[in-house]
Amino acid sequence: MKIDKNTINKIARLSRIKLDGTESEDYIKDLNSILDWVEQLNEVNTENIEPLSNISSSILPKREDVSKDTNSSDEILKNAPDKLEGFFAVPKVVE
Amino acid sequence: MSKPSLKQTLKDLETKKISIRELSQDYLKRIKEKKNLNVFIHFSEENVLKQIDNLEKDNSAKKLKGIPIAIKDLFCTKSMPTTAASKILENFNPTYESYVTQKLLDEGSIFVGKTNLDEFAMGSATNTSFFGNTINPLSKENEPLAPGGSSGGSAAAVAANLCLGATGTDTGGSIRQPASFCGVVGIKPTYGLCSRWGIAAFASSLDQAGIFSHNVEDASILLQSIAGFDQRDSTSAKVDIPNYFENLDHDLNGKTVGIPKEYSIDGTPMEISQIWEDAIKVLEKKGVKIKNISLPHTKYALPTYYIIAPAEASSNLARYDGVKYGFRSDEIDSLDEMYENTRAQGFGREVKRRILIGTYVLSAGYYDAYYLKAQKVRKLIADDFNKAFKECDFIVTPTAPSAAFPLNEKQNDPIKMYLNDVFTVPASLAGLPGISIPFGKDKNNLPLGIQILGKHFDEQQVFNAAASLERSYE
Repeated sequence: MKIDKNTINKIARLSRIKLDGTESEDYIKDLNSILDWVEQLNEVNTENIEPLSNISSSILPKREDVSKDTNSSDEILKNAPDKLEGFFAVPKVVE
Repeated sequence: MSKPSLKQTLKDLETKKISIRELSQDYLKRIKEKKNLNVFIHFSEENVLKQIDNLEKDNSAKKLKGIPIAIKDLFCTKSMPTTAASKILENFNPTYESYVTQKLLDEGSIFVGKTNLDEFAMGSATNTSFFGNTINPLSKENEPLAPGGSSGGSAAAVAANLCLGATGTDTGGSIRQPASFCGVVGIKPTYGLCSRWGIAAFASSLDQAGIFSHNVEDASILLQSIAGFDQRDSTSAKVDIPNYFENLDHDLNGKTVGIPKEYSIDGTPMEISQIWEDAIKVLEKKGVKIKNISLPHTKYALPTYYIIAPAEASSNLARYDGVKYGFRSDEIDSLDEMYENTRAQGFGREVKRRILIGTYVLSAGYYDAYYLKAQKVRKLIADDFNKAFKECDFIVTPTAPSAAFPLNEKQNDPIKMYLNDVFTVPASLAGLPGISIPFGKDKNNLPLGIQILGKHFDEQQVFNAAASLERSYE
């Protein structure tokens, strides 16, 4: 078994998702069955094969090096759950 | 009533056989009658009427003027909220318009509403939506069927004739599979043909916008409208967009079709093997040369996809943290508590499952064994297609391994659900264009789909073959 209680807690913490006890049990089961299933990729010989990360053959286009003033802070803040004086507001971080 | 057609409707509008207002009112009436299908996450009659008012004042000629279009609720729209079918974006009102929807607006189309989908496009049945299931319009009474997914709302909107076309997105089959389940046409173009700007990201190296329509002609018109280079998407391709519709050529004489032997999978229902054979026979009669080809790494496409897509999703969905937009939990004693509770309460089960698996395969010590390995197998899958396309002009396969299944049937076993994408995922990994067209029925009279795949940016060949097959099926 690749995923145990400790591992699921560690991944959940890395993902910033709180899991309750029964949920953890379900995910341990799901993730193990998915990981067992993808194990079949080990049958494939990938020696000297370059990983494919981007299918697009296009070359990154350059843009002109000119500044654009887009003062859109009101728009950016429009959907914020909490804001204060032009900033996003979050729970206090420093005591 | 004759079969709905965008092409014909444009003619009728032009010759004043019908007005924009009459057309829209006809569609509004049907949308309200079919409310029980739960096709739309957002629908506002007022908003539609406002668009009609504006178009009536507008004297300029526009290619899609007055055409009712439905938008998958993954595209950011300024005039309507955008949820990605997730609680975490329940109250999100974009302040900008996606590239694809902007193009449709520029051409004068009317947005009838935002369609339902699997949460963040993760699913194959439109049953992971925070806003409930969509019901396949072809369901018999008391036997609700799934419309497929993730773009199930858009496919259902076209099938129930609630619009003359709809946008979708396809990451591993999310346009083609629901098109097949609902008996409509659905095209996923080449990766890079349509800008991803303003589409809520799922797996960025695979996500691609596309079109649902009543027929192949209409798809060719609509795809041309949404394609094009956009510098705000770094993978957007700088290619000329042909006039697919004007160039449609039904004559396939002398072309070669590839039939991949690896797509004959044990357990595929007889009916599906049968329509595949029927399609091949039709093509042969049209003078197409049949070539048996091999795509040897096909069986590894699904496990490859289910490493790469969740990995990219775990990274993309990190942005939903309760700070900048969307839902924030009430339990926020500290910053970390806020993140963890917001994401625990804001995401549904399938999305969390994929974030967790994606985080695991990218985590220290496992990256090489899973993610890097999957990217290498992805290269082999893409190479298989490159080799095959040296010997053929297009490839024909079934679209999905079944017809529409009952709602909720496959919910408990994730791997069983993932198998829905078995015929669509390989082309997604290789970035190839693919279309699904209705072709035949199963024993319950439900539609089945045939998939046509083409070379990169050879949408024209895909449309030509699809139009030709569609004609002989009708």
